[in-house]
Order: sequence, then C-alpha cells, then structure tokens
Amino acid sequence: MSRWALKGLKTGVVTTSYPGGDERASGISPGLPVSGTTNQAVIAACPVHALDNGGVRRNRCIDCYRCARTQGENMAWDRGFEWAQVKKEAVLPAPFKHAVNIRVLDAGDCGACLSEIEQLNNPYYNMHRLGFFITPTPRKADILIVAGTITKQMRPVLMKTWEAMPTPKRLIAVGACALTHGVFGQDSPVLSDILPVDVAIPGCPPPPLAIIHGLLAITGRKPGSDWEVE
Amino acid sequence: MDISQLAENIHEFFPAASLFSGPESLNITCDKNVAPGVCDLLFNRAHCFFMGLDWGQQADEIHVIYLFLGPGNEYIEVQTGTKKTDPVFYSVSQAVHAADWYEREAAHVLGVDFTGHPKLGDFVTHNDQPPTRVLDAEGAFIMPIGPVFSGVAESIHFRLETIGEEVIRTVPKLFYKRRNIEDLAVGRTSGDVVLLAERFAGTTAISHALGYCMAVESISGTDVPKRAVFLRVFLAEMERIRHHLGVIEGICASTGLGVAASQVAVLHEEALRITGTVTGHRYGFGMVVPGGLSLDLPDDACLTAVNQVDDIVKRLEGIERLLVKTTTFLDRLEDVGVVTKTDALEHGMVGPIARASGVCADCRRSKPYGGYDVLRPEIPCEQEGDGFARLRVFFAEIRQSTVLMRRALENAGAGPVFSRVTPKAGMKTACVESPRGLAVHRVRVDADFRVQHYRVFSPSFANWHGFHTAAEDFAFQDFPIILATFGLSVAESDR
Repeated sequence: MSRWALKGLKTGVVTTSYPGGDERASGISPGLPVSGTTNQAVIAACPVHALDNGGVRRNRCIDCYRCARTQGENMAWDRGFEWAQVKKEAVLPAPFKHAVNIRVLDAGDCGACLSEIEQLNNPYYNMHRLGFFITPTPRKADILIVAGTITKQMRPVLMKTWEAMPTPKRLIAVGACALTHGVFGQDSPVLSDILPVDVAIPGCPPPPLAIIHGLLAITGRKPGSDWEVE
Repeated sequence: MDISQLAENIHEFFPAASLFSGPESLNITCDKNVAPGVCDLLFNRAHCFFMGLDWGQQADEIHVIYLFLGPGNEYIEVQTGTKKTDPVFYSVSQAVHAADWYEREAAHVLGVDFTGHPKLGDFVTHNDQPPTRVLDAEGAFIMPIGPVFSGVAESIHFRLETIGEEVIRTVPKLFYKRRNIEDLAVGRTSGDVVLLAERFAGTTAISHALGYCMAVESISGTDVPKRAVFLRVFLAEMERIRHHLGVIEGICASTGLGVAASQVAVLHEEALRITGTVTGHRYGFGMVVPGGLSLDLPDDACLTAVNQVDDIVKRLEGIERLLVKTTTFLDRLEDVGVVTKTDALEHGMVGPIARASGVCADCRRSKPYGGYDVLRPEIPCEQEGDGFARLRVFFAEIRQSTVLMRRALENAGAGPVFSRVTPKAGMKTACVESPRGLAVHRVRVDADFRVQHYRVFSPSFANWHGFHTAAEDFAFQDFPIILATFGLSVAESDR
C-alpha cells in the first residue's frame, strides 16, 4: 500500500488553477461558435438550425463543425468554457455557497455528457476542492444535473427524482440534448418544458470546466452569462 | 466447412429454401417454419457467429432477417416473411440463444409473435410489471437497483435476487434510455445521419460514425482516399485507448483503490485532451463523414499525439506493474464475474469481454476493413473469463493500439482526406470493431441518398444479454466490480 502512497506523491498536483486563475491547456474544450454568419448556404447547412443571420443560438450547437469545416466558413470560435447561463433570481443563498450536494440524472444521454461529468472527480478538475459533492440520493441533493434528451421512459423517473429533493433545489441542464432538441429533432422534449431550469450549460458535450462554471454560477461565486434558453 | 459446402448442406437438408450466393455473401430465403432449422444448422453445426436480427415491412408482409457471419466471415442472411394478417414467426432462440433478445425486441417493436420463445412481451418500453422470483427460500427477496443509482451512472435497472448477502441471479432491465435513433434516421439525408450514428454511444462516437460511413460508402461505391482511411484507423485506435483507460479507471475505483483510480483518471483526461487537440473535439465528434474526414490532420500534430499517447502507455504500464502486485486488488477481480467460453459463444458476446473468455474474434482481423488488412493487428486473448482476465485484455489492447496508431500514421502518406460520395440507392452492411466489440451497421438509402432503413447491432446489446452469466452466485459487494469489468454502455444498447 505504501507504494501507492509514494506513487500518488510522485505525480504531484495536476489540478487546474480555475477558478482562482485561468486555464488555457489545449484540448479542454470543444468550443462553440461566437458570432454567426450571413452566408445563407452555411446557415442552411447547420443541422440543428443554430445559426441565423449573424446570430448564434449557442444552446443548439452540437459541435459538428460543419459550418467551419465542410462549408469552409471562417467562424469565430470560442475555445473557452465559461458558457453557463444562470437565472439571476435562482442563485443559491449564502449557506449553500461553499458546500452543495449534486445528484446527476441521465435522462437519455449518449454517454459523452456523463463522461464529462465523471471527469469532474478526476485530479485535473477535482470539484471536491470547491465544495461540490456528488450524492447517490436525491433526498440529500441541492442540485439536480440532467443530461440527455428526455426519453419517454425516463420522464417519470426524472419527475420522481425532482420531487424527492428537498427545497431549496436547483436544476441544471447540461448539453444540447437537454437544452434544445439537439440532434434528435423536434419530437424530443426539452427539459425546460417539463421543469424549471435554473442553469443552462451549452455544448455537445460541455467540457468539465463549463460544468464547474455552471456550479460556481448557481452558488453565486462566478457571474453567469445572459439567459438564452428559448 | 467452407461457404460452398455450407450452401450445399443447406440445400440438401432444406430443399425448399432458395439460396443466392454473392461475393462474400449468402442469402437464404425460406419459409418461416424452416427458418429455425436453417439457423440451427448455421449456428450449432457450422459454428457461424450470430450477428443480429433485422426486419422490414412491405405492403402486406413483414419479414425478418437473421444475420450470421459465415466460416470465412461471409455475411449469411436468412430471410423469412409472413403476412401482416398472420403476424407469427417461429422462434429460433431455442437453438440460437444469441437471438433471444433480438427476437424479444422484434416481437415488441413489430407486434409479432415468435412461437416457442419462452418470454415475449414488454421489452423495449416496459411497464413496471411485478418482478418474477425464481428463488423459493426463506428470506429470499429481490433487491432493486436503479435506474437512478450510484454517483454518476447511466440509467439502467437491475433486479438482484438474493437471500441476504449472496446474490443468486441478476436481471438487468434496459431501454430506459431508448431514443429510437434508428427510427429517427429514416428520411434524413445520409450526411445528417452520421451525427445520429455518433450518438449511439458518445464515448465511442468515432467507431460508430465509421461503421455508418463504411456502409454508405460501399453503397455508393466511393473510394475513400488512402490518407483518410489510415487517419480513420489512427482516430479509432486513439478512441480505443481512451475508452479502455476509462474502463480501467472504473475497475480501480470499483475495488476502492483510490490512488490507482486517480492515477488512471489523470491519463484518461490527458487522452481526452489529446483527442481534443488533434480533432478539435474531446470525443472526436464531427470528424468522420461519408467520403472521408471533415478535416485533414497535420502530420506533426498526429506525431505529437502518438508520442504523447506512448508516454501515457508507459506511465500506465507503471500503474499496471503496481496493480498486479496489489493483492487486495487482485483478490477482488480473480474468479469474480466469470464468463465461460461456452456462455460467451452461446450468448453471442463480443469484444474484450468475449476475448477474455477465450473467444478470440476481432473483425479487424477476421473481416479487415479500411486499412486493417495492411496493419494486421495482433489480438490479445485470455482464457479465464474472470474480471482479472478482462482487465488484462484491456491493458493489452491499449498497448496494441499505440502500435497501430503509429503504423497507421506511417502508412497514411500525403493526399486528400475526402472524396465526394455519389448518391445511389442500395443496402449494405458494415462491420467495425468498436472499443466495446463488433458493431454492425445496416443502412438502406434511396436514390436521393436519404436513409430509408437503419439497424445497428451494438456490442453492448450483445454483451448485456450475456451479463447475467457473470452475475450469478456472487457476494453483493462484488456487483459494482463485475459491472466495471464489463465496461458496457447503456446508451449504445438502448439506442
């Protein structure tokens, strides 16, 4: 066992300096388009209609890069991660500022969002240092993170989980599928039609730091961006 | 027995069945009451691998197609039909147990009956039926787990039948996450469907996109440029490494070995960042498109990536050396969750799970596609079929994949990475070895190149079917470990 302790010490600290400092490592974010285009061919090529004349509906973007690659449009791309939109009135009161319990619910996600949420516990992101804890039971949870399109089977499960949580409780929608119809089209339901969403984190999947930003925003430790949920 | 002898055999035993041989394929059309016999012969006597069950509907007829891989890895299709007014087939699962779940799915989705199948009914969209208990002992009860359970877990429900500490059997209930991807694909353009294909399982997006694109490209007869072919191998093997790192991390975490789990998690995150740096996306979404790749990867970036991956593997080997000396870790894996070779074959299990049980099948070798005929990868195999054997397979495959990444890059050469796909109507099947095992994509497109029919036989579906064989007669605390050593995806199985 001492070998493992030694191994751990040898590795040293790899944890990101965010939110205290900046994080600029390569490959931490798939990015999102910042500003749109007026080229009608590019707008028509977007499979999720995330582009309109000059604007971007970032919550819809599924990171297919079609606008930038296949269409060859010179899109302005945001390689950052501070994307979380938060409802101003939903920011949790002071007692929750430094320790919140989170329940993660997979409502029909492909595995990518869930994998990024799992990364939050790895040494690079280590969300425990920020006072965020994942709990197995909704009874203990302050925040519910929902990822994925909401399938017919998962809808009652989602409702039961939400009802089991004590108040005050907050709901975070992670990823294009939960926020908009994503790639699955108009027939798939949107989380905000079913329950009141407090934080929206766009991306397909949103990188771990974007999720951390969302958690910081709902606890009032970082400002969120403007509410864009349609 | 080769394919022509097999055809003769079938003709001899079932003279009414009509046979049509093509290049690397054999189509058998027969009456529905003959189908079980034909499938029995293929599976139990000719030892063909059962891939899956596809279906189709015409005006007044429903037909089902049982797909096998022949002795020389040919596609063998057994097609049988029935009138919609008489929606009854004869079950083949008595003879071909691997077809069990496929028939249950077909029965539910199509609303047909498979006479002789022991358990049909709600499968894909289950109502909460009361669980059936088989155990008649004092204090026996069913322990439900899920669909919302553990820390971060995919939605699935398990029923563990137990008499206290010892679990006698496990019944997984899937399809909470059924998104109906295959149905959503119908009517969309072939270029859009690749986005759906990526999302069968986000963590193995590249392999599934590759499977779909290969099917579409073979319909249109597109020659994918050589550079794209090898860069696809490069990306697919990088994905395999990343996926397996995630599984190994899960195995370490499930045994409570915190430091080891964190150590592997560091490598996992680094692999994600390398993928992100090279392709722009941490899971490689948007890279593989019909006709090639959406982006040419610069050689120096790829070379840097290979060197970084080599470094990851070197550090992983250091962790492996420590792991195999940690007795508390080994105690929890050895003889835990054993899948015997017979069970693996009977249930049609695939991928690293089957390879850990002595079924050394890998379609990169047996049915080589895009570049693997040149690269000829070595296939690591183990015999014991327990958790430790599976762990060793995951480690060995990572080592093998770095070699393949480097060799793919050496073979790539210069040139374009995309060629235009000319629309053409048709139907094709494509096999890829995804990190979790054999994934079969069957696509039919019309003349406008819109998808008319799409079926995927996913490795997770096949392996969840056999999962219960490993989860029998075990101590309750071993359950997360068995689950972790399988490393399956629920999304991929539910589709």
